[in-house]
Amino acid sequence: MSVATLPAESTPASERVARAQAIARKRWLRTRWGLSAPALVIIGLFGILPLMIMVIYSFLEAGEYGGVVWNFSTDAYVSFLFQRDIFDGTLAFSPDYLIIYLRSIALAFATTVICLALGFPTAYFMATRPPHRRQMWVFLITIPFWSNLLVRTLAVMLIIRDEGLVNDLLIWLGIIDKPIVLLYTNFATMLGLLYSFLPFMVLPLYASLEKMDFRLVEAGFDLYATRGKVLRRIIIPLARPGIVAGCLLVFIPAIGAYVTPLILGGGKHLMIGPLIALQFGSSRNWPLGSAQALILMVGVMIALLFYVRSATGKAQALHG
Amino acid sequence: MADIAAVEARAVTKIFGAGAEGVRALDDVSVAIRQNEFFTLLGPSGCGKTTLLRLIAGFEQPSSGEILLKGSPVEHLPPYQRAVNTVFQSYALFPHMTVAQNISFGLEMRGAPKEKTGSVVEEMLALVKMTGLGNRRPSQLSGGQQQRVALARALANHPEVLLLDEPLSALDLKLRQEMRSELKNLQRRTGITFVFVTHDQEEALTMSDRIAVMSKGKIQQLGAPLDIYERPVNRFVADFIGDTNFIEAAVDGREGDFVHCRVEGGLDFLAHPTGNPAPGAKVTLAVRPEKILLKAGGGLGTVAQTVYVGTDTNYEIRLSDSLRLNVRVQNAMDGRAQFAIGDKVGIDVPPGAARMLVD
Repeated sequence: MSVATLPAESTPASERVARAQAIARKRWLRTRWGLSAPALVIIGLFGILPLMIMVIYSFLEAGEYGGVVWNFSTDAYVSFLFQRDIFDGTLAFSPDYLIIYLRSIALAFATTVICLALGFPTAYFMATRPPHRRQMWVFLITIPFWSNLLVRTLAVMLIIRDEGLVNDLLIWLGIIDKPIVLLYTNFATMLGLLYSFLPFMVLPLYASLEKMDFRLVEAGFDLYATRGKVLRRIIIPLARPGIVAGCLLVFIPAIGAYVTPLILGGGKHLMIGPLIALQFGSSRNWPLGSAQALILMVGVMIALLFYVRSATGKAQALHG
Repeated sequence: MADIAAVEARAVTKIFGAGAEGVRALDDVSVAIRQNEFFTLLGPSGCGKTTLLRLIAGFEQPSSGEILLKGSPVEHLPPYQRAVNTVFQSYALFPHMTVAQNISFGLEMRGAPKEKTGSVVEEMLALVKMTGLGNRRPSQLSGGQQQRVALARALANHPEVLLLDEPLSALDLKLRQEMRSELKNLQRRTGITFVFVTHDQEEALTMSDRIAVMSKGKIQQLGAPLDIYERPVNRFVADFIGDTNFIEAAVDGREGDFVHCRVEGGLDFLAHPTGNPAPGAKVTLAVRPEKILLKAGGGLGTVAQTVYVGTDTNYEIRLSDSLRLNVRVQNAMDGRAQFAIGDKVGIDVPPGAARMLVD
């Protein structure tokens, strides 16, 4: 640097400095790429490549015993909405897959809303405990993660089946005299999803509420805001990042859930996850499975784009 | 009407926690704050001053005793139903709202129409000299500006009492001094009763109509700044406000309005009496450093240390092994200190400069 401060007549010197700087910059760039390489390789190998395979497979013909035949075809996408008549080959609209998608969306949406309704008070309660106790509450919330999801889902099944805990209890109490069918319904699936994903809602909500300065709540009270108004005007807007994160973390895995709808929803109330698995399993239609997975992914991405934009954009419109 | 106290605390006790571990933050405090008064609660941290403020605001409930606003008890009222507003220590501005939205929040909560809040916001921004900054976010403001917004937000509601919880403590010195006179002006212009909490004696002395000096959950002394400074009632107040020499002395006898006290080393004081001490009683005298006069050439003390503080020089005068006095002397016109280390000086304490303390 001291060279750069020399008078202007020593042009060769300043050129040398510029060259040295260019070399240093190149070296720095090389180091940067070098250090990022492991991450880039992992993203490419396990993120982008599988996605590309999926996209390519969805435009191929299905092999007879699984796998794909390397002929370009849009059959997978066509058969998502239409059914080809076996005899004359005409296409007829068939909403079967669409119904499964809509059911998945409805169940995932309901799960998210109920998770938010249950998770917000829970997270608020945790965030308002004395600091040394909060760790314990976070710990308690994470306990379900310690056992396998499959086992926990089977446990839910034991609780809600016809001879399960709930029905036995209700019969014993004399409230009903024959079991209510809970298992293998949409309700059962939603209950399972709710149970599995509630911690994913509580933890981000807790994180944003815990950071909140509770003197702002006092300031709200001081400025004549009632409890309800403090909640709507101060606490919820400040917790918005947590609400957005929690909703995403519940909705996305819920819409593609596999284990829960498989075990609790039974065959009649299929969701997207088991449907896609079916294409790669007994249906042996890999292109259709790939297409279904892609349709879900694109749909979720578009929905998220709108959700995140409206959730943050509204905040700006309201307060900007 | 003017006789009714704006705020009154009657035998208020506040205990945090329960049983033996309970902390007595306020201990049987009674105080009446007049209307249109700039009233300061002054004390070290943990003295209960903020607790008293929070009780008035309604964020805490007294363990016993009652709080009255304009003569009516308010214990049963939540904060949002009390005609008081608070300027918080850290301002507590709503980060997700603009300055204007912060200021209009209170009015909006009470259902004021949009046109009205708009004009009040403009009026308040002008009052705190922040016209044109209504669309900023609190995070885009400096500390001093945030302070002003906090003030404007509270004043927009035209409260009967404004509570200020160490509002200047986060500002730097220069700004703090500016805000002092601004606050005082604001209080005069608006005629709102200010209850100001601080641990800074200078803030208290410069702004207040009356000061309550608090310690250990009790009010130690209540009075005008002059009273508090010139006539501290006990050692705590004398020590907390300003610099003080504490001198152990023996009472000699009465002499007119004063009591003649003798200190080892041959120094005599004519002190303001407290009570009616018997001759021979041991007492503590408090003397402010600036009230002691030094004379060149006397033989009583030796200058042990000098500290130059701009307008004045602080001298430490050694009288005996056990007695040293701090004396503050204004510097000569040329700024030079009048005495140097090692000089022999005479000491003159005018009658009444020393005060006898209760404890």
